[in-house]
Amino acid sequence: MDHLDQLEAQSIYIFREAFARLKKIALLWSLGKDSNVMIWLARKAFFGRLPFPALHVDTGKKFPEMYRFRDHYGKEWGLDLRVEPCPPIDAVDPTLPPAARSAARKTEGLKMALGKYGFDGLIAGIRRDEEATRAKERVFSPRGLEGNWDVRDQPPEFWDHFNASPPQGAHLRIHPILHWTEADIWAYTKRENIPIIPLYLAKDGQRYRSLGDQDITNPVASTASTIDEILIELEQTKVPERAGRALDHETEDAFERLRVAGYL
Amino acid sequence: MNMIVTPASPATPNSTNSMPNGTTRPQVRIVIVGHVDHGKSTLVGRLLHETGSLPDGKLEMLKAVSARRGMPFEWSFLLDALQTERDQGITIDTTQIRFRTNSRDIVLIDAPGHAEFLRNMITGASQADGAVLIIDALEGVRDQTRRHGYLLHLLGVKQVAIVVNKMDRVDFSADRFKAISDEISAHLQGLGVKPTAVIPISARDGDGVAERTDRIGWYRGPTVVEALDRLEPARPLEALALRLPVQAIYKFDDRRIVAGRIESGSLNAGDEIVIMPAGKIAKIKSVESWPATPVAGPQGAGRSVGITLDRELFVERGDIIAHAGSAPRETRRLRARIFWLHDKPLAKGDQLLVRCGPKESRATVVAIEKAVDPGELSSVENKAIGRNHVGEIDISLSNPIATDPYTDNPRTGRLVIEVSGRIAGGGLVLSVDAGQRAVPVDIVPVESALRPDERSARYQHNGAVVWLTGLPASGKSTLAKALERRLFTNDGSPILLDGDTLRAGLNSDLGFSAADRSENIRRLAEVATHLARNGHIAIVAAVSPAREDRAAARRIADTNFREIHVATPAGVCEERDPKGHYKKARAGALASFTGIGNDYERPEAAELVIDTSTRTVAEAADEIEQMLKTTGVLFDEVVDLAANI
Repeated sequence: MDHLDQLEAQSIYIFREAFARLKKIALLWSLGKDSNVMIWLARKAFFGRLPFPALHVDTGKKFPEMYRFRDHYGKEWGLDLRVEPCPPIDAVDPTLPPAARSAARKTEGLKMALGKYGFDGLIAGIRRDEEATRAKERVFSPRGLEGNWDVRDQPPEFWDHFNASPPQGAHLRIHPILHWTEADIWAYTKRENIPIIPLYLAKDGQRYRSLGDQDITNPVASTASTIDEILIELEQTKVPERAGRALDHETEDAFERLRVAGYL
Repeated sequence: MNMIVTPASPATPNSTNSMPNGTTRPQVRIVIVGHVDHGKSTLVGRLLHETGSLPDGKLEMLKAVSARRGMPFEWSFLLDALQTERDQGITIDTTQIRFRTNSRDIVLIDAPGHAEFLRNMITGASQADGAVLIIDALEGVRDQTRRHGYLLHLLGVKQVAIVVNKMDRVDFSADRFKAISDEISAHLQGLGVKPTAVIPISARDGDGVAERTDRIGWYRGPTVVEALDRLEPARPLEALALRLPVQAIYKFDDRRIVAGRIESGSLNAGDEIVIMPAGKIAKIKSVESWPATPVAGPQGAGRSVGITLDRELFVERGDIIAHAGSAPRETRRLRARIFWLHDKPLAKGDQLLVRCGPKESRATVVAIEKAVDPGELSSVENKAIGRNHVGEIDISLSNPIATDPYTDNPRTGRLVIEVSGRIAGGGLVLSVDAGQRAVPVDIVPVESALRPDERSARYQHNGAVVWLTGLPASGKSTLAKALERRLFTNDGSPILLDGDTLRAGLNSDLGFSAADRSENIRRLAEVATHLARNGHIAIVAAVSPAREDRAAARRIADTNFREIHVATPAGVCEERDPKGHYKKARAGALASFTGIGNDYERPEAAELVIDTSTRTVAEAADEIEQMLKTTGVLFDEVVDLAANI
């Protein structure tokens, strides 16, 4: 087994545990490279199917290429796609800095979707190497009744035994690719020939390393126009993956505040 | 953290951990543990710097933040990513950071040292291939140093490098270093862990981290970076016997796929397998996958697979698939060495949920031995296992499970314990009691040709287990015989199971230790339950002093169980003494005799309590009959009919 085989086997194991131990789960599909890999892994775990809904919490501000991708592959992959809207910006905590406040709409949209369907588990494609607070996550991560994350009181998790009993009315976040890196995602995308949104590939000296809402995501300078070139670029860069995400850079603790409140 | 790190030279891009020459760089996961304030975070910060692993501008940014806050820069700030950490001045959780040495990709799990956060240390260390145990040269070996050392051993982390930090505070004294080195090496070797290196360093100044400086010129061993470079990745598990714990059975289409991850060994289509604990035999028809399926060739440890079988068998989540001839043991009882993380200490009689891989079973703690605080120098043994302490426990399981001692299989020989839906502890399976199946068998339970209602129509009662418990000579056997006669007179079908009588045959291999007593009760309960399910009223007369053993019997018999406490006062029992046991025990000639000590645990919720010193045998039998009537065992009509004659 090579490195990618090991990552894949571990993710499949997590998917099957989530499906066996929780009652009603959904996969959060952000349309980005990570969640596309995640859908692929789920189909490996369940022999070609996604036996639960794919939830797209839509801010309405994604790139047109992302919506086209969603509509096309949602059908081709046979997904039970649920598109859920986010509330207007006025409904969001006004003390947050502008970009974080904009991103927090997604947290609210997520809460509304949770209330609507009553999911007890949400599968999310976050990775430990993306960002410091995500590094502190568990694979099965309990959320409070308000969807909040208590980083100071996380249950122990070892030997692939996960805490799968959320309190009544609360839910779990399940992170099947927590142990992957950005480079792993690209190497696996290439090996498995998983479709991607072309915005990730360089055009006119720029590409997107991470895709979010149009107004708060910026491209980075790059000449990597193929996945192979992206992998070489990643070997050499010291620029963090989320450098193009405005909300990460507003204040020292903006991202942590978002996550404690239930952001991904 | 955003710390994917640059290699010295660009690597080929076809795999994330391939080297320029195309070979695979081994990835090892390490954890840094040790007493709070002994310098873990500082060492991590320094390691990232020394290996050229910091993102551009990170160091400058943190230096600026420190200046703004009016604090001197500390290497540990690199890790203190959360606001809360900076506020408390301690690292609170596990983060994972990657960097590279000459020949290894290192994933560094920064485990914290604050005692409150031991569960995070365990979460981190359980994923590690190797560990660095850090000790302050000034403070020396402390309670958490010892505790972490013990937990590394329990978690199965075998490669441990010791780092003696803050050598600058002891003037780089070789004598001080040797004293600490000797003490910790002796402690670890007592646990069966041999340190791979003991290294004197100053994480703050850099001595010994990547460089052997003049100040530690007397030291001849590896630097920290060199020691990390020598770590071996996790041991391959393919050489061990096949263990495929079943996660789920999927029927998405006309295939019935048994899915799970191969924990050890390997499998292939055509293999003869045995499904434990039931011991059913089948052949692997195919190995299914996606997008291409089926797949050919052997599948080894670590793979998540799906297989189909050549016959329709009942397989469920938690079963273990093994090769015939090397199957795991089936058991209802095991001994484990565990660490405990829950606020409430673990005590004898506690009810738990035990998980062995995907298998879960309700369980009861039958005995606790060697409960100690691994941080203490001299271990004081306790009756219960306190928070952050360790111990050895005997567990009785309500469902049989298939497992291995951890010395046979490190993957399947471990378990976790849940309390109220939350992981509260975990540990290693030391031994598995009884129930070993020498030869796998094709078990197909044969059902009776008679329906329960046919029997109850004849006997005018439902099946039941009437369990008489009480001190020796309290009158259990006398009552049992009276009840048997009365039910038989009414055309019922009572069967007497006397504890002493069964000890002469079925249970002749059992003595009077706590474990043997439990097994004695389990067998009585199993036989009685079988009779009850077939419509008979099994009357069990047994001292059965342990509340937990009776609770186990009730779990086996379930709704058929009726407990009667024959609560004759102890003085009266001793006076009666028909078998002369009390007399012998008083003379010290009868060990393990229940009655004269305080070892009889009274039932708390028996269906009926009878004191035979205050009523006749007939009156007592009336009361039992009435109870069986009100609890739906005896049909009312019989009693009414009898009254009308």
